This record gives sequence, C-alpha cells and structure tokens, in this order.
Amino acid sequence: MTLSLSPPTTPSAPQPLQPQGWLRYLSFSTDHKVIGLQYLVCGFLFYLVGGALAGAIRTELLTPISDFLPRETYNEILTLHGTVMIFLWIVPVVNGAFGNYLIPFYVGARDMAFPRLNAVAFWLIPPAGLLLISSYFIGSAAQSGWTAYPPLSLTTPATGQVLWILSVLLLGGSSIFGGINFIATILKLRRPGLKLMQLPMYCWAMLGTSILVVLSTPVLAGTLVLLSFDIIAHTGFFNPALGGNAVVYQHLFWFYSHPAVYIMVLPAFGLVSEILPIHARKPLFGYTTMVYSIMGIVFLGLIVWAHHMFTSGTPPWMRLFFTIATAFIAVPTGIKFFNWLATLWGGKLALNSAMLFSCAFIVNFVFGGITGVALAQVPFDIHVHDTYFVVAHFHYIVYGGTVFVIFASVYHWYPKFTGRMLNEPLGRIHFLLTFVGFNLCFAPQHWLGLNGMPRRVAEYDPQFQLINQLSSVGALLMAISTLPFLINVLHSAFKGTIAGDNPWNALTPEWLTSSPPPVENWIGEAPLVTEPYGYGLKPGELDLAATSGRQLWSSGKPDNR
Amino acid sequence: MTTLSTNTQTSTEHQMEGHGGHPDFRLFGLATFLVADGMTFAGFFAAYLTFRAVNPLPAGSSYELELLLPTINTLLLLVSSLTFHRAGSALKAGNNPLCRRWLVLTAALGFTFLAGQMKEYFSLPFGLTDNLFASTFYAITGFHGLHVTLGGLMILIVWWQSRPGGRVSQHNLFPLEATELYWHFVDGIWVVLYGILYLL
Repeated sequence: MTLSLSPPTTPSAPQPLQPQGWLRYLSFSTDHKVIGLQYLVCGFLFYLVGGALAGAIRTELLTPISDFLPRETYNEILTLHGTVMIFLWIVPVVNGAFGNYLIPFYVGARDMAFPRLNAVAFWLIPPAGLLLISSYFIGSAAQSGWTAYPPLSLTTPATGQVLWILSVLLLGGSSIFGGINFIATILKLRRPGLKLMQLPMYCWAMLGTSILVVLSTPVLAGTLVLLSFDIIAHTGFFNPALGGNAVVYQHLFWFYSHPAVYIMVLPAFGLVSEILPIHARKPLFGYTTMVYSIMGIVFLGLIVWAHHMFTSGTPPWMRLFFTIATAFIAVPTGIKFFNWLATLWGGKLALNSAMLFSCAFIVNFVFGGITGVALAQVPFDIHVHDTYFVVAHFHYIVYGGTVFVIFASVYHWYPKFTGRMLNEPLGRIHFLLTFVGFNLCFAPQHWLGLNGMPRRVAEYDPQFQLINQLSSVGALLMAISTLPFLINVLHSAFKGTIAGDNPWNALTPEWLTSSPPPVENWIGEAPLVTEPYGYGLKPGELDLAATSGRQLWSSGKPDNR
Repeated sequence: MTTLSTNTQTSTEHQMEGHGGHPDFRLFGLATFLVADGMTFAGFFAAYLTFRAVNPLPAGSSYELELLLPTINTLLLLVSSLTFHRAGSALKAGNNPLCRRWLVLTAALGFTFLAGQMKEYFSLPFGLTDNLFASTFYAITGFHGLHVTLGGLMILIVWWQSRPGGRVSQHNLFPLEATELYWHFVDGIWVVLYGILYLL
C-alpha cells in the first residue's frame, strides 16, 4: 500500500466560482454570512406577506359580520398567516439568519461545519414558501389553521391541505439540516482553546434550540406524512369515522409545536443576552445560571406539550402532570428575566433603538409569560381555551417577544452586515409605532377572550365590536410602523453613516473584524475571545468567574465596578 | 485591548488549512441526523402503541401476525450487521477485495430481507385501509423498508467505489463508515420494530 499524500500546499489566491457583488445573494453561496442575510431578507419578505394577511384578518374583524372576506377565504387567510409567520418568518430568521451569521464568529470559525448543507437548508425555503402561497391561487389554500387538526383538515378541500403539508415538510427538513449544522459547529468547530463556558450566550441558545429541532421536528414530519395518507389514501390514522384517533394527532403535533415555541423564543433570549451587555456596558449577569436555564427550558420544553390539549379529553393524571411541568418552566425563564434586569441594573445604558426594542421585549415577554403560567392552570385554561385570550398570549410571546428581538438585532447588527449605521431617529419612530401598535392590537384581546370571544372565526357577537376595532387600529399602527423601518434599512444601506469596525465598542468576536467582514471572517488568525462580556472591568481583573456572575452571587455585592 | 489575547504562538497549521482542512465532522453530522430519523420512528411507535391501547379494532381483525418469516428476516438483518462489520475491518486492513465480498454479501442479505418483506405483504390477510392496525403496520414497516432500500443502494455504491482505483480505500474510510453507521441504525430500528409490532 502506497500512501500518496500531496504535500500541504499554500492556498493560492481564492478563485471564486460563485458570483460576486449583490448577485451572490441570489446564488447557491456557501458563505455563512451570505446565507444568513439570505435568510434575513427572504424571511422579511415573507413577513410582509404574513403582515398583509394579518391586515386582511383585522379588516374583516372590524365588523361583527362576514363582509370583507367570505368565510372560507377568511379561513384560508388565517391558515396562511399562521403558517407564513411561524415557518417562513420567525423560525428561519431567528435561527437561520442570525444563527448563520453569528455562530461561526462566536466559535472562532471561518464558516459553518457543513457549508453546502447550509446552503441546501436555505434554498429549501423559498420554494416551500411559494408552494404554500401558490395554493391560494390554484384552487384553495388550507383552511384548517396552522395546527391542521383532523378531522377538520380531512374535510376541508384536499389540494390546499396537501400542498400545505408538502410545504411544511420541506421547511421542517430545512430546519433539521440547520439544526444539525449548528450542533456540529458549536460542539466541534470551536477555535482551539475556546471552552464551552466561554462562548457568547447566543451559542448556548442556538445549541439548545438545535437540540429541540433535531428531537422534535422529525415527529411532526412523520405525523404530517400520516395525515397526508389519511387525505390521499383514505387511511384512518386520525379519522374517527374510520376507527382512528384524532387526539393522537394532537399529541404528536404538539410534541413538535410546543418545543417550536422555544425554537422561536430561545434564540431571541440569546440575541437579547448579546445586545443588553453591550449597550449597558456591563457583563452579562449570571452567565452560568443562564446556561443551565437554557438547558432546563430545553428539557422541560419537551415534556409539557399536552397543556395545549386540556380540553381534548385528557385524563386527570395527564392534566396534573402537564400543569406542574409547565409551571416549572417559569423557574428557568424567571432566572433569565432577572439576569437581564441585573445586567441592566446600574449600567450605563445607551437607549438607542436596539436597546429600546430589547427592553420592550422584556416587558412584553414577562406579560406573555404571566398569561402563559395562567393558561397552564387547567381550570383557567378550560375557561379561555380557543378564545382570543390564547391569541393574545401567543402574540405577546412570538411578536412581543421574538419579533421585537429580531428588530433589536437588526438595529444592533446592521452596522456589521453593511458597514453603515441605521438612522437613529427613524429607528425610534419605528420603535414607538411598533410598541404602541402592538400593545393596542393585542392587549385588548385578553379582554375579548376572557369575555368569551372564540378565535379563528370571521364573525362575532356585536358586543365585542368596539374592542375589535381598537385592536384593528393597533394592527394598522403596526403596519405603518414597517414603513420607517423599510425606509431606514434601504436608505442607510447607501447613505448611512460609515460605521467602522466596532461602533458599539463591543467585545464579542464578530466586532473584531471589518464591517462587513471579509469572506473568511478574519484577515489572519481568529481572535481568541474568552471574555465576551468583560465590560466595565479594570484591566487585570478579568476572569471567567467574574463575567459568569459567580462572584456577584457569592459576595452579594457588585465587586466589579 | 486587554480582554483579547490573540493566540499567536499556535502554529498556523490550523488556520492555513482553510475550509477543506478542518477535522472531519461528517460522521458526527450523520449521527445527529440519525437521532432525528430515530425520532420519526419513535413518533410512529408512540402512535401505534397509543392506537393499540385506546382504539379497539373492528370485529374479525386482530393484531396477530405470522412470526416465522419476520423472524428469519430479523436474523438476516442481524447477520448483515456482522458482515458489514467484517467488510469494514477488511477495508481498514487494506484488503479491498475481501471488503468487497463482504459488502456484496451484506447487500444480498438486505435485498433478501426486502424480498421477504414483499412476500409477507402479499400473504397478509389485510390491506392498507382495512383497519387502524393494518394502516399503521404498513406505514411503519414500509417506512423501514424504504430505509433498507436506501441502505442497500448505498452499500452497492460503496462496493463500486471500493473497486481497484476507486475512491474508497484504507485512506478514505468515510463512505464505508457512514454507510455502516446508517446500516446498523436501520438494523437497530428493525429490532425495536420487530419487538413492538410482531412480538408484543
């Protein structure tokens, strides 16, 4: 056996086969930064679609009768709104966009572990999205909501439902590929000498999220395949009329879709944990407890799914178990909440747009969390199940929580993406309109739900009209709030102030290179950042224990200021 | 900046290698994917067990299955895991011809399993939509059979790649190792499936 290994040759000047300039954003690029921005822009386009659908819903609900949209169309719009917003906007952006852009920097790598798989994962999304939206124009879109519960999904028009299933399967595949990539990158591709407990918090959030993706998404995929058999081949897995069991579908669906809530919100936790210390000029408080909280949420998130099914004939022991398990999630979540507050406490806050959106996230998320704990209690849940209370709770988590963080992150990382700053006054107008509009839209819906207005219907009792109109005005404000953001993003890309490498004086690795970064992230070696949150410390005082909050914890006094 | 210590004394080897030179994570990635794949089966098994516990079958149908053929099939798959292991050992020892013989035997065992599965399908007293058990049975065994088919094709590809002058050799074990990991996974799933669907 002869072993012929070519001697290590010095790499010649890169000869890119891929397009350069803006064209690369439309190409099968394997650069994690290109892919990240592809996710971000593609997701935002779908956000505009989903937002237009939400506008149609709120317009219909201005009046108690079904006048703006026929009932079937309302159901289609409702289903498309939920599916587009969850599977094409929030999940791809908060995971795919920021994950792909930031994680390689944070682990000190030049790309993700599997760059080609990464590109495949992104390019599954546009066709899946177009497939989903096209179903509306070629007959009828799915009408059974984003949950697609049988037997409803078996009795509504089949074409739209099957296209919906195909689309979600493609998006699930994309999500799994992304999750595998993040796990491999974070665990295996770290720069030599960089320990797990020295990683920026977003890495931990993405590790936890990816574990959830890998464990739960395949269950949804299998379930949807069975559902498509029920529709196409007339098997009876979930069809009670054929001896099947519709509740099993609910169990399998929520085994994915409850963790999906954490897939949407854990990365947001991570992003906010990056933004707060930089703009408060303080170390992230309680690093270690943050890490354990994330992993605790991952574990608990996998065993609480049936709290979505308290009215589905679940036996008492199951109600008891899932109530208690759900209540436990408040503990790690509360730890994270107080850690954020402690990070802000006594800091030199820069109340810029990124910070305003982050702080609003904390407020909104706590409110949504409190209604979440309330919903976990069986007696209360039975009262408000399938009412607007649930709609309000859900939107406080995913919009007030995650979407606010997405905007905060865009304001925070836009200088890195483009090399130019966003316009701050426009950002504040965007924030004000979004915050007021969001709360005006969704806070009154708690009242609607408590008073018994069911969700997912085009018509309602006339006594609810005034509150619904308030809510619709809020939705209009949210729609308007998109304008200053769009103007800002487009205008600043060409005319914005030059940002420089590190406009926030941040310590996390992505700021220690040029803006925008070179193709392989760093000219020369990657920096070894072991203190990503070492703000406000005197030189020589830096060690991991201080940034992890352990000393603050044990001595009871802030000894680092 | 005091917080940064750019690691200058490390040899530049790590950085000079660029994309192509980093350690090989492909098996790790495949293993992660197999965890995901396993969760799909776990979902199916959970559905089956719940159906069985909660939903009575219509009169005249039962969960009883003929055991002889599936048991032989189980043995075939278990033996094929062993033969694949021997193929891997032979390749590591640099003995490509021996490796290829073991690979052919493994693929033959896999395709014999599929033939046995076909024979069982055609002799069963129920069709896909007859009752809940029938549907679940065909869905789960069919999904597993799809895995065996893919695995068999992968083995044939590795067999072709390990020909004299092919890309698979002692110095490029990955295609064989990946296929072997996948094959052991598919066999392991079958053992669980056999226990739950046939024996239980």
